[in-house]
Amino acid sequence: MKLINKTTIGWLVVAIAGFLVLQLAVTTGIISAYYEITLVTILINIILAVGLNLIIGFSGQFSLGHAGFMAIGAYTAGIITKYFPTYTGLFLGILAGVILTSIVALIVGIPTLRLKGDYLAIATLGVAEIIRIVIVNMQSVTNGAAGLSGIPYLSKWPLIYVFTVLTILLVANYTQSSPGRATIAIREDEIAAESMGVNTTKYKTIAFILGAATAAIGGALHASYFSVIRPGDFTFNKSVDVLIIVVFGGIGSITGSVVAAILLGFLNVFLQPFGALRMIIYALALIGIMIFKPSGLLGNKEFTVSGLLRLFNRKSAQGEG
Amino acid sequence: MLTVNNLAVHYGVIEAIREVSFEVKEGEIVSLIGANGAGKSTILKAVSGLIRPSQGEIVYEGTPITTATPKQIVEKGISQVPEGRHIFSGMTVLENLEMGAFLRKDKNEVEKDLQLVFDRFPILKERKNQDAATLSGGEQQMVAMGRALMSRPRLLLLDEPSMGLAPILIKEIFHIIEEINRTGTTVLLIEQNAKMALKIANRGYVLETGNVVQTGTGEELLESDIIQKAYLGG
Repeated sequence: MKLINKTTIGWLVVAIAGFLVLQLAVTTGIISAYYEITLVTILINIILAVGLNLIIGFSGQFSLGHAGFMAIGAYTAGIITKYFPTYTGLFLGILAGVILTSIVALIVGIPTLRLKGDYLAIATLGVAEIIRIVIVNMQSVTNGAAGLSGIPYLSKWPLIYVFTVLTILLVANYTQSSPGRATIAIREDEIAAESMGVNTTKYKTIAFILGAATAAIGGALHASYFSVIRPGDFTFNKSVDVLIIVVFGGIGSITGSVVAAILLGFLNVFLQPFGALRMIIYALALIGIMIFKPSGLLGNKEFTVSGLLRLFNRKSAQGEG
Repeated sequence: MLTVNNLAVHYGVIEAIREVSFEVKEGEIVSLIGANGAGKSTILKAVSGLIRPSQGEIVYEGTPITTATPKQIVEKGISQVPEGRHIFSGMTVLENLEMGAFLRKDKNEVEKDLQLVFDRFPILKERKNQDAATLSGGEQQMVAMGRALMSRPRLLLLDEPSMGLAPILIKEIFHIIEEINRTGTTVLLIEQNAKMALKIANRGYVLETGNVVQTGTGEELLESDIIQKAYLGG
């Protein structure tokens, strides 16, 4: 996996510019404490959506279990940071969450990834519910249905931002790599991929585990920012929320997931004053997108620096001519 | 080069083929012909490891590959053009061809083979950055064949390359198959188009409902009663 290519540089430039703009907005007070919550929600949603997009968009496996993996990450990091309320504790917590989630995803993935389409969706949905119910019943460790509170507030927004960028870099690079290409080939045509010598189970499982691991990161950051987590935060609805972002942005487009997470985050804020009408308008926006652009906002296109340069060159060439 | 002994494949309880035996010698074109449902594609899938036979043995160059994975089989030098082409429609022509060399580590040689494929199918070079889905049926067949060649196979398995193509294109495809064979690749061809398949074949096998019912050289089979009656309307 090559770490420096045009896509990576493009993302880095955007990431640093984005950070500077946000930093400026926070210090000048444009982003108030209230809007900071929106910012963090958007960032965590980006992490979740990009990870789910790897599973759904790139490997073509329909998973509805994202909330379950997020829950494992959130609870693992939450419990560990309660004992070690330091940054070391947080990083240990994230690491432990990622490892635990990967193990669960591996155990779940090997049998279920033989299923296709709806069957896989139902199996992963079931797994997420099992995870939630296990958390509810592990009273002594997780405090059951009441949830964990008093988790040390360690993940400030810049830290979450860094993790968001790292997650995007990881997924973007994976999809550009040779295993990533194999993963896309499986989505395009599983039989053909297999006859090219691609070990389909292996690459589907890798994509599934990577996606689940990023969900754990998202969950851990969520726990550490909001200080309170309850099993009710990680229901089927949460998985669907993430799925909506992926579909809205474009299945198979990382840029799309990022854009959709931002847009839907803003939409939520602007619709806040409308109360109950909010969900209706939100739903209408989604239906509208599905009617007028069924492939999502960006289809499967990606933002790249080279693409941007090409666009500029074309524009300037037109200007001269 | 490839010997298949008493092969049987079951889909659940349904027996798709039984006691099928045939042989492909190095440098040959061998055609397996038969009507729909005769079990032709099943044989090919068993050889390429996509399905596991319930009985019998497949031996490639002296080593049994009956239980080998598709990956191991590709690595041994057997490459398949699946029925109905199965190209990666969301990828460009070039990406499709590169997928064919997925298991290869010798990047320089892959580059050479890519040029060879472009020499053989000049139209693909013109369209290399186009999405494979936008190609015509004949061009897609060329992508599928070019992709299979990118693994540098010694034995090429072709499943119904004439399917859904205009007669003039079928002629061209068969001409290309002969060309590929002439440059040293052994070919196992599966076809419903018996006349074309037997014309270019050194030897052929006729399948009927899961059984080999006749065998001989391409010419012998073309002349034989069973073929004349069943396929050529004689």
